[in-house]
Amino acid sequence: MTLHTRLKTAALAAGIALAALSLPAFTRQALADEQHFPLQSYRVGPYAAGGTGFFGGFIDYLNLINTRDGGVNGVKLTWSEAETQYEVERGVEAYERLKSHQGIAAWNPLSVGIAYAMIDRITADKVPLITINHGRTDSTDGRVFPYVFPLLLNPYSETSGIVNYIASKEGGLEKLKGKKIVVLYHGSPYGKETIPIYELLAQKYGFTLQQIEVPHPGNEQQSQWLTIRRAKPDYVVLRGWGVMNPVALKTAAKTGFPVDHIIGNVWSNSEEDVIPAGEAAKGYTAITTQASGADYPVVKEIVKTLYDQGKGNLEDKKRIGSVYHNLGIVNGILNVEAIRIAQAKFGKRTLTGDEVRWGFEHLQLDPARVEALGAKDLFHSINVTWDNHEGNGYVTFQQWDGTKWKVVSDWIAPDWALLRPIIEKSSEAYAAEKGIKLRTAADAEGVTN
Amino acid sequence: MADFDWSFFTEVLVGGLLSGVMYSLVAIGFVLIYKTSGVLNFAQGALLLFAALTFVSLVERGLPFALAFLVTFAAMVLIGVAIERTVLRPLTNKPPITLFMATLGLSYIIEGAAQLLWGTQVHGLDLGIEDLPFDVAGVFVSQFDLFAAATAALMVALLSAFFRYSRIGLGFRAVADDPFAALAIGLRLPFIWASVWAAAGLVALVAGLLWGARLGVQFSLSLVVLKALPVLVLGGFDSILGAIVGGLLIGASEKLAEVYLGDLVGGGIEGWFAYVVALAFLLIRPAGLFGQKLVERV
Repeated sequence: MTLHTRLKTAALAAGIALAALSLPAFTRQALADEQHFPLQSYRVGPYAAGGTGFFGGFIDYLNLINTRDGGVNGVKLTWSEAETQYEVERGVEAYERLKSHQGIAAWNPLSVGIAYAMIDRITADKVPLITINHGRTDSTDGRVFPYVFPLLLNPYSETSGIVNYIASKEGGLEKLKGKKIVVLYHGSPYGKETIPIYELLAQKYGFTLQQIEVPHPGNEQQSQWLTIRRAKPDYVVLRGWGVMNPVALKTAAKTGFPVDHIIGNVWSNSEEDVIPAGEAAKGYTAITTQASGADYPVVKEIVKTLYDQGKGNLEDKKRIGSVYHNLGIVNGILNVEAIRIAQAKFGKRTLTGDEVRWGFEHLQLDPARVEALGAKDLFHSINVTWDNHEGNGYVTFQQWDGTKWKVVSDWIAPDWALLRPIIEKSSEAYAAEKGIKLRTAADAEGVTN
Repeated sequence: MADFDWSFFTEVLVGGLLSGVMYSLVAIGFVLIYKTSGVLNFAQGALLLFAALTFVSLVERGLPFALAFLVTFAAMVLIGVAIERTVLRPLTNKPPITLFMATLGLSYIIEGAAQLLWGTQVHGLDLGIEDLPFDVAGVFVSQFDLFAAATAALMVALLSAFFRYSRIGLGFRAVADDPFAALAIGLRLPFIWASVWAAAGLVALVAGLLWGARLGVQFSLSLVVLKALPVLVLGGFDSILGAIVGGLLIGASEKLAEVYLGDLVGGGIEGWFAYVVALAFLLIRPAGLFGQKLVERV
């Protein structure tokens, strides 16, 4: 070997070594034990307020686990974000772009449209899709949807929870007989999802029901509220989204309907829904699976560990403990605990998507465990099984006092026994249409590595 | 008909007319630009959002109401002039579809810039006018809607006086009638266009504040353009009077249709019913109720 060749070889070797050292961080991280969350977030566009809150809370919790605990049993949590602006095409494109990352734990798009578009894809890829508090109701049935998890609350449970709350205000379910309830719903598949279940509950409990559609986006509701005023209902259930919610509250005030007889659903329950309505929102009550406020140990730890060190994800610290931020934190807890549970079975290492699915299917956090996680009263409990992917979440109700939400009810259980046969009927029809064989408990125990 | 509830009908009609005025407020901004430059400015909704977001952000940072209004107006004038200089002037004499696409692109840029500059949070906007109803012979009328109607009337009166009696206004009318003739007699077209964009900015600011007080200041504000389009089709793209009358007709007809026809077809029809009315007018009067009929010699 000539001197010239040796020099060239040495230069090449040095170059390779330098290149290896300067590999992008994410490539080197992929080699270590890590669990990855690809996030189809939306931080700009019409729904950015909800997106920044939810994904901010989710990332804050993942960051807390990394900073405080060094990850989940030493496995670091990582994430990458792709902006979707809440648009389905962008969400799917983001999925295709991010899915090749190693060690994906679960997808959390917080979008009904994007979630629907991903079901076949994630099922083929065997990676869980988390649709906390939303998504299609029949995906609760794990026999048909092995990888979809509408954690804590599906739309039917929400409906049942709201009716149970109204009953509790009236003095019991039997007191609903003869009452009149109007459901004002967003003119979209999301808004229409609960039409049959309200009809069923009206029949069962004997209340009169009128369901009124508000065309998207809902920035004009004069005619709907005049119709409501003429109908003189005892309660109005607001099943809104985005701008429809403050406009509903303002128009209700304008047409003389009492705000404390309006009950909001889970996507009409945030600060963004009430602040623009100003005085008209004072006294408005809405359902939630997670209380708001920063007075919970886990939120305090996030503030101490992250925000006080300048590492928090929210730009505006005033939003810490807001409804969407706390929903993101709870979502973080559920994802992390599913990984922890799966690690206990499969080992403290990077898990496959199917192993994490197994973890979600054993995600049972009783109130004592929730308290140990620093989330007592933030949310109640969850009990996911292989065939019940919602996990029987409890709900509570918060009332807006003009500056903050205040919890005004105990934790309320929806009527799961009543809802389950309806859910199974729908999921079995879906399975028949798609040629899906119903999974058994034994099938669910089988895991792909 | 004996059972017909006339009081309720009147309430729906009045509510619809007052809502229509709100649509007119947005439509006037379109008319101003279209009249002078023949451009359907799709960015009007984005300008409205930008104006409202800027105003409310300044107020939240402690600026007094009047000062925030003036600063926002100055910003709108600057944006109008910048659009005229950097986008529309280089595209002079290009086909209308090119100009329309340019304003479509502008709307995305302005929306993005607004969120980049002021953040994505939703804001409440209190103009100090209570939005509670008062009873007029059994009919509930909204105080806020009446205030909005009065504001719209005042704005139309001011704009009419401006275009009738001021030098720039007369120039504006000359350009609207025949831009080439206006150029030939020495009118400074760029200055007039810039002035019109500034006026459209003022309209966007006023409409943005009223709509913002109604909906909250949030991204969805830019969607109110969808309410103005049928108004323009019906009233004519180049008539301020048409924008007012069109707004009233669209507002009243969509509300009455929602209440009295909605149940027959499952409800939720007012969003598209306005376009049905507009299309029906388009078939009968393509230039709209008050639009200028174009006659070309061949």
